[in-house]
Amino acid sequence: MVENRPLATFISHVVLIVGVLVVAFPIWVTFVAATHDQVRMAQAPLPLLPGTHFFENLMETLTLGVGNARGQPVGMMMLNSLVMALMIAIGKIAISIISAFAIVYFRFPFRMAFFWLIFITLMLPVEVRIIPTYGVVANLGMLDSYWGLSIPLIASATATFMFRQVFLTIPDELLEAARIDGAGPMRFFKDILLPMSRTNIAALFVILFIYGWNQYLWPLLITTDKSMYTIVMGIKAMLEAAEEAPEWHLIMMSSLLAMLPPVLVVIGMQRLFVRGLTETEK
Amino acid sequence: MLKRVHFPPSVLPYLLVAPQIIITLVFFIWPASQALYQSLLVEDAFGFSTKFVWFENFEALFRDESYLGAFRRTAFFSLLVAFIAMSAALTLAAMADRIIRAARIYRTLLIWPYAVAPAVAGALWLFMFDPTLGILAYMLKFFGVEWNFRVNGNQAMALVILAASWKQISYNFLFFLAGMQAIPKSLIEAAAIDGAGPARRFWTIIFPLISPTTFFLLVINIVYAFFDTFGIIHAVTKGGPAKATEILVYKVFNDGFIGLDLGGSAAQSVILMAIVIVLTVIQFRYIERRVAY
Repeated sequence: MVENRPLATFISHVVLIVGVLVVAFPIWVTFVAATHDQVRMAQAPLPLLPGTHFFENLMETLTLGVGNARGQPVGMMMLNSLVMALMIAIGKIAISIISAFAIVYFRFPFRMAFFWLIFITLMLPVEVRIIPTYGVVANLGMLDSYWGLSIPLIASATATFMFRQVFLTIPDELLEAARIDGAGPMRFFKDILLPMSRTNIAALFVILFIYGWNQYLWPLLITTDKSMYTIVMGIKAMLEAAEEAPEWHLIMMSSLLAMLPPVLVVIGMQRLFVRGLTETEK
Repeated sequence: MLKRVHFPPSVLPYLLVAPQIIITLVFFIWPASQALYQSLLVEDAFGFSTKFVWFENFEALFRDESYLGAFRRTAFFSLLVAFIAMSAALTLAAMADRIIRAARIYRTLLIWPYAVAPAVAGALWLFMFDPTLGILAYMLKFFGVEWNFRVNGNQAMALVILAASWKQISYNFLFFLAGMQAIPKSLIEAAAIDGAGPARRFWTIIFPLISPTTFFLLVINIVYAFFDTFGIIHAVTKGGPAKATEILVYKVFNDGFIGLDLGGSAAQSVILMAIVIVLTVIQFRYIERRVAY
């Protein structure tokens, strides 16, 4: 605080509180909708205060499913999302950390060519190459499988770049010392590099988990089997049915469940999240 | 780029880069080159024969009023999303920067929409603005507004812009706040001693000093509005009514997967790739400048 201006401080608080309320309003409405039964949710004006059907709706959503996706319990969808998000996050970290290791610590022919090849992936988001990528995945027989959901999204230039930056800041003396002690490359990687980049790995994991969980277009294209639906795309199937027979109490319960894990991750690991966000953008 | 000391040559580095290179080749380079190649072909309606036509698909696109319309719509959409999300975030960050003690609490309360998937964000806003039941639609009707985004294209556009901006505020807020907190306090104090009030200090010191952050966020927000909002559009309006919310990414998907116009869709993909490349280059040039600075 530069100077004491009670009025200005008061106004700042008011603006921030209004901001927080505006940002949180959609979530409040969602939560309220998830606590009422279908009868109440079919008459305007809709309630603004919570009702008493929260656990009923929760059980029905988790075990039975909603709308066009009925028969596919949301619990299953969440499991699919979890598997996909973990495979994407862990897979990305694993392949980028070893390729960054190779690029920083070895001198070998085509090193720069590989580096540029990885760099190019930055310029090819899945949205701009959906049809041919779909063709490749179909030809490999990976439709409707966890592999098809995750592997094509696993290559990542940003993660490789981040690890490269981290490795470049690790002093050369460590490598010299390790070599004098007779450690081979893999030993050095396991005992020195991995422990030293632990926080970066965790920060990256937070970002990638959210990225993976929130995938929409890709699962939409390659899953036709309801048992492979992820929750984010499952909500779309529920919305389609909502135009005729709105089951808003269940749809909003599913939305709540769909955003719960990533939101908890962001709030619970705020420090890592902010770090991951600023590091991957460098 | 490379360490001064390194390991002796062996096959090991090749094995280490292999997984990433293989995935990149199979799922990135090969499909992208397919898209490039496809964009030069015309396929007949039944897929029996294809003809190499050079740039005819591109010429057709740029003559096609519906494609040019999608281009203009995308520009309008992304500029407006960037403007709303950034100005809201800038206001909030400027306020939070003044109150250091509570800034962390406000940050926690403001950052979580980042974690909400675009399609889910779309579902929330769709629910609030549902023409028959939505709470906000009800209020609008109370004030005499004929609200039905399923019929009115402008209202549909307003709805997706709102949903897209809402989701992006938290990201911008984080970066603006970090940028402001990195400004040395002595500068602000000096200005205060010279008699500059909070508003004056903001516009003459803070705002110019965070301009690199602002520019960086502008690029990021435009990229976000171009590509990541697909989920919102697909879940809320499906590009409708009457293509009023059909942005470029949605059109690629729609023409390719629903309309099965492979050549045209591939040509659109190639144009989108060119846009991403330009935006990425701008972003990288800027980042290099910031490092030197």
